[in-house]
Amino acid sequence: MPDPLPLHQLDVLIVDDEAGMRTGAERSLEGFSVPLPDFNETVAFTVRAAATGEEALAALKAKTPDIVLLDYKLPDMTGIDVLAAAPEPHFLTIMITAFASLEVAVTATKRGAFDFLAKPFTPEELRATISKAARSIYLHRKARKLEEEKRQVRFEFISVLAHELKSPLAAVEGYMHLMKERIKGPELAGYDSMVDRSVVRIAGMRKLVMDLLDLTRLESGKKKRALETVDLVKAAGLAMEAVAALAEAKGIRVELKAPPALPMNADAGEIDIMLSNLLTNAVKYNKQGGSAVLELERLAPGSALIRCTDTGIGMTEEELGKLFGEFVRMKNEHTRAIDGSGLGLSILKKVVKLYGGEVRVTSKYGEGSSFELSLKDAEVPAAGTEPALRP
Amino acid sequence: MTDKKKIKILVVEDDPDMMDQMKIYLESENYEVIAACNQKEAEPLIQPGGFQAAVLDLMMENPDSGFVLSHKIKKLDAKIPVVIVTSVTKETGFYFDKAHDPKAWIKADAIIHKELRFEQLKAELKRLLGAGESHA
Repeated sequence: MPDPLPLHQLDVLIVDDEAGMRTGAERSLEGFSVPLPDFNETVAFTVRAAATGEEALAALKAKTPDIVLLDYKLPDMTGIDVLAAAPEPHFLTIMITAFASLEVAVTATKRGAFDFLAKPFTPEELRATISKAARSIYLHRKARKLEEEKRQVRFEFISVLAHELKSPLAAVEGYMHLMKERIKGPELAGYDSMVDRSVVRIAGMRKLVMDLLDLTRLESGKKKRALETVDLVKAAGLAMEAVAALAEAKGIRVELKAPPALPMNADAGEIDIMLSNLLTNAVKYNKQGGSAVLELERLAPGSALIRCTDTGIGMTEEELGKLFGEFVRMKNEHTRAIDGSGLGLSILKKVVKLYGGEVRVTSKYGEGSSFELSLKDAEVPAAGTEPALRP
Repeated sequence: MTDKKKIKILVVEDDPDMMDQMKIYLESENYEVIAACNQKEAEPLIQPGGFQAAVLDLMMENPDSGFVLSHKIKKLDAKIPVVIVTSVTKETGFYFDKAHDPKAWIKADAIIHKELRFEQLKAELKRLLGAGESHA
């Protein structure tokens, strides 16, 4: 037998001037429960009752219920008046009325009524309506929780971003102070390394800002795609040229293994982001005198494989697990001098997703890493429509 | 400066530029800097007679690297002054030095916030080392 779901009580307030209605509703809900397996809970009900509008308002003020069963016609006011006078309506209202006029329905709905029950109703009808209300309450709660989580992620992102922007500022500021104090004497040449380092840190900051813009554009779906036939082999050649100076400085041999041509329907800019990202990482996180191999393969018509393998510093299991987090940069004795925004792989993953693919990584600490992207042709938008990003 | 042997200061900082600056500055103040760029590299340097004061970054490979190092230094010799440099307060809103006495649990002698002015670091070191010498 499966475990029974944990029981949760919802507070129901029944407002009706007929004593029979109040006890009837109480009895109908006594011992009644709604299993909500999607939310991993069972809901039962506690019932409070009020006979007049005044009593109802007092009960609402004493404790906000989850659900209010509200008669339209009360001795001292209408149900609509109760809703209007109620404190913050954080409850779900079910209007009970014998005169189900359109006008009442519209006004009540405007005031936030969730559903209607026409008098007279059976206990089954009441239970069905209450079940629907309970489900709705849980859906709302879940939505709110997701919203809250999203806010939290955003907050963390901004906190880390602020830190990443502050570090280069602090570094440059520090050098400025030392220069202002003429700490190395009056000769300008004495400050060359400080100026060089400041330039490097500012360039890093610029790269971070550019990457951030790329990422934001990708996430918002605002980036226009220019889809055309792109030869991956040609694109790889260009990306290799761009990384050549960096590779030479570290004595790294970069090799391309590819068929003569590999055309794909794609956005040339996006293809460049992917190839450059892979090559730059393969060089940056490599050892002096190491090598990197970029392989391009046709998998099937309309799909391709890009694999970039390096003989670099590699990653431990733990590092691999954290790899795709934003602003994650592997901090160890090998990576100390390597700069980067920490957003490259986040961007790569998002772009690869546009091609219905994924990024697979294998790595061995001290031996090297291999990144594999599987891509499909970008979908050709129907003639006349804007090219749009898929979510 | 007198012709006394230079005072050795252990500086642990993971930002290479901050390290560079600290080194330039402290050396210009006639201190000798023993540099380590993270907790792991600093730990074996904590040896009797290795240094007379320490300046530690708080967050390095672990978010509490500075505290851990401070604890180890104080265990070796409680008289060695330890200055922790951090920007945690500004970023997280956690104040180490308002409601509670930080020295009770952090075991550092001074906490300096990043964006530190070098004069502030100099003043702290002077104060702490001066106090240490008078005990000796």
